[in-house]
Amino acid sequence: KIYEPEVHSDRRKWRMRSVSVDLNNDASLVIDIPDALCERDKVKFTVHTKTTLSSFQKPEFSVPRQHEDFIWLHDTIVETEEYAGFIIPPAPPKPDFEGPREKMHKLGEGESSMTKEEYAKMKQELEAEYLAVFKKTVQVHEVFLQRLSSHPMFRKDRNFQIFLEYDQDLSVRRKNAKEMFGGFFKNMVKSADEVLISGVKEVDEFFEQEKNFLLDYSIKIKDATAKAEKMTRSHKNVADDYNHISGALNNTAADNNTAFKNMCVLQKVEDRMASDQELKLTELLRYYTRDIQAAKDLLYRRARALADYENSNKALDKARLKGKDVAQAEENQKQCLQKFDKLSESGKKELTSFKARRVVAFRKNLIEMTELEIKHAKNSVSLLQGSIEILKSN
Amino acid sequence: MFTEEALTAPAQKPPASSSSSSRTNGVHSEEQDLFSEATVELSLDSPLNDRKKKDAVKPSLSAPAASVASSSSKAPSKTLEELEEEESEDKFDLNISVTNPEKVAIFHFLSFSFFKGTSLTMFRSKTFTVRRRFSDFLGLYEKLSEKHSQNGYIVPPPPEKSILGMTKVKVGKEDPSSAEFVERRRAALERYLQRVVCHPSLLQDPDVREFLEKEELPRAVSTQALSGAGFLKMLNKATDAVSKMTIKMNEQDVWFDEKIQDVENEEQHMRKLHVMVESLVNHRKELSGNTAVFAKSVAMLGSSEDNTALSRALSQLAEVEDRIEQLHQEQASNDFFTFSELLADYIRLLGAVKGCFDQRMKAWQRWQDAENMLQKKREAEAKLLWANKPDKLQQAKDEIAEWEAKVTQYEREFERISATVRKEVIRFDKEKARDFKRQIVKYLESLLNSQQQLIKYWEAFLPEAKAIA
Repeated sequence: KIYEPEVHSDRRKWRMRSVSVDLNNDASLVIDIPDALCERDKVKFTVHTKTTLSSFQKPEFSVPRQHEDFIWLHDTIVETEEYAGFIIPPAPPKPDFEGPREKMHKLGEGESSMTKEEYAKMKQELEAEYLAVFKKTVQVHEVFLQRLSSHPMFRKDRNFQIFLEYDQDLSVRRKNAKEMFGGFFKNMVKSADEVLISGVKEVDEFFEQEKNFLLDYSIKIKDATAKAEKMTRSHKNVADDYNHISGALNNTAADNNTAFKNMCVLQKVEDRMASDQELKLTELLRYYTRDIQAAKDLLYRRARALADYENSNKALDKARLKGKDVAQAEENQKQCLQKFDKLSESGKKELTSFKARRVVAFRKNLIEMTELEIKHAKNSVSLLQGSIEILKSN
Repeated sequence: MFTEEALTAPAQKPPASSSSSSRTNGVHSEEQDLFSEATVELSLDSPLNDRKKKDAVKPSLSAPAASVASSSSKAPSKTLEELEEEESEDKFDLNISVTNPEKVAIFHFLSFSFFKGTSLTMFRSKTFTVRRRFSDFLGLYEKLSEKHSQNGYIVPPPPEKSILGMTKVKVGKEDPSSAEFVERRRAALERYLQRVVCHPSLLQDPDVREFLEKEELPRAVSTQALSGAGFLKMLNKATDAVSKMTIKMNEQDVWFDEKIQDVENEEQHMRKLHVMVESLVNHRKELSGNTAVFAKSVAMLGSSEDNTALSRALSQLAEVEDRIEQLHQEQASNDFFTFSELLADYIRLLGAVKGCFDQRMKAWQRWQDAENMLQKKREAEAKLLWANKPDKLQQAKDEIAEWEAKVTQYEREFERISATVRKEVIRFDKEKARDFKRQIVKYLESLLNSQQQLIKYWEAFLPEAKAIA
């Protein structure tokens, strides 16, 4: 994706356009977010859809959506009983502009005490940070929608269609939906209960393995994510320091100026290295931490279904003993078994495709990250060689 | 505390030389702390035989300088036309390196040996090694400062004392921070000596030669001089004096006035820069640490991953990150020694430059005071003439003559010191530009090396990533 930031005179307004070179696998429903506008701290995403499906009114259309709309969509899907056997794509996290906001605050406060160059530098830093947050948040919201559109069941979801198509403000509908689902919401325990999952007596080898793998992996990936975040932050600090230093060096004696000016460009490269590493590696880890959680949620729902089934068995036995409500108990047991079987069947498929998806995503991101790091390092090398040449020849 | 009196009063008791003081655990009654003189015995095997041959005077310039570690302090052979350059630039090869500090448990001293290669005839032999303690370096500075500062020479300041650093070394902590401290001090002393010998006038000083050559030096006593705070105080006094100057500006003074302002600005600027570079050093160290931690985490993740190819790729990634961590470590060290220490040195040097200006001010003041005194004496004479007291008249005339002589002397001294300061500042500026350029090139070259390594590591990893299936 190519991002072109556009800063309005009121620097609290940011717009970003992106030209998507992404390939959605299936041309029948192609979704992307080409545009995003940040005003104060509210982000408005432009969701753009191209489709050949007859269930939609038009073949191509765009709607403005807020982060809360995405959350609403996610929650309604989670609530839907029929999707219990699927891994629900994790909800995108709230856009976090805390970092850039702090910087902007500092910039405003320190404006009077800074030199013109220092101010320009800080502003540059600020813009870069905004851009980075933007990139991340657009990416993660887009991926969420693309997961839905590429899933055979989710793409047909009525609420998904509304989300894509409804050309008025969704927030009204959202409120109504909340009122409808309100009670239901409270009863749903959304996140997996580790105890329940691990406590279940597993007969199925596949699920036994999956359970062990997921429980272990989720701990490791959470840890890796946290460590990656720390590392990325340090890297950004180093880039920032280069920025400050190059700004200060610009004021020094003329003879060393050219080479020092190159330091400023060096900083940009360092900064890009840090952001790209974050985008490709840290974000990848972050995303899969959430996805692993979604997989665990599926296991949980299946475990609950199994528990329900076992309870229904006990209830049936009791009914038979008492000779009362046997038919009802039998029906209940049959339904529980059906539900459990359905969950197991679709769960198996989902978890298998999840593995494949994960491997593909890691491969893609690791390759992209490595190629970018090489590119940036090569850039640095030529910059440094140039500077050294200049200095030595003087 | 380094007082002004020490600067101006040439008459001072020579430090009492205690014969076997190097053996004792030096306990000094003065303010200096016990630990500040810690020296470490070198265990460098020195070609002491060379030195014994006192008669062997090697032909100087034709013989190549002994190859010794670190940088030489060569003056550029082709120099630009220099304004007030009287003496020719001496092409000399004097390589100095301060090497191998080592701790000797019993003595709690930190001593440095330096190994020199030289082709100058003034030294008795070509290469030699001596052992010196930190306090010896301070003592050298004291002597040089006493003799030369008042004449307007820029005497390079030695590294600062550090109680904390030395305590660690003494206590015997074998941790990386005390090793770092020792290395830092070693490098600082080396740079200090190189600056001293780079100065054409200081090099001629017999104390310098004694320092470089003599087997054992008498223990320096008055090395209370240079705590960081004391130095700062001295600087502030210098700038105060400058601001009190109220004589009318002539062309010469304009030059000095502008120069001191430049020096002031430059010092401010360097301080700012130094803070930023220190921040860079710390952040890079942090980055190094975080990368190492991340590498371990990725390795764990890889071992947990059930897809074989991905698992392998992840553990390779962990290895790459480990190597990158190493790069960051080295780079942080480079940030520090090449860049940060350079700035720290120059901040202190600029302080010394300000001290020069201060000396000039003092000379001016002396001259002005003498002028005033002369004026008073003349007035007194006039009064006596008017009051018609012939007996005291002769005395008055004598005093006038005395003060006239003083005025002439002080005026000449003032002009002399002005000329010296001016020459020194010009030389200093040139040296500074050279120094900075050299260090920046060195710094950039190390960054370059780092980046090239980075490319190698990532290029090695790429096929691993592509092999994931």
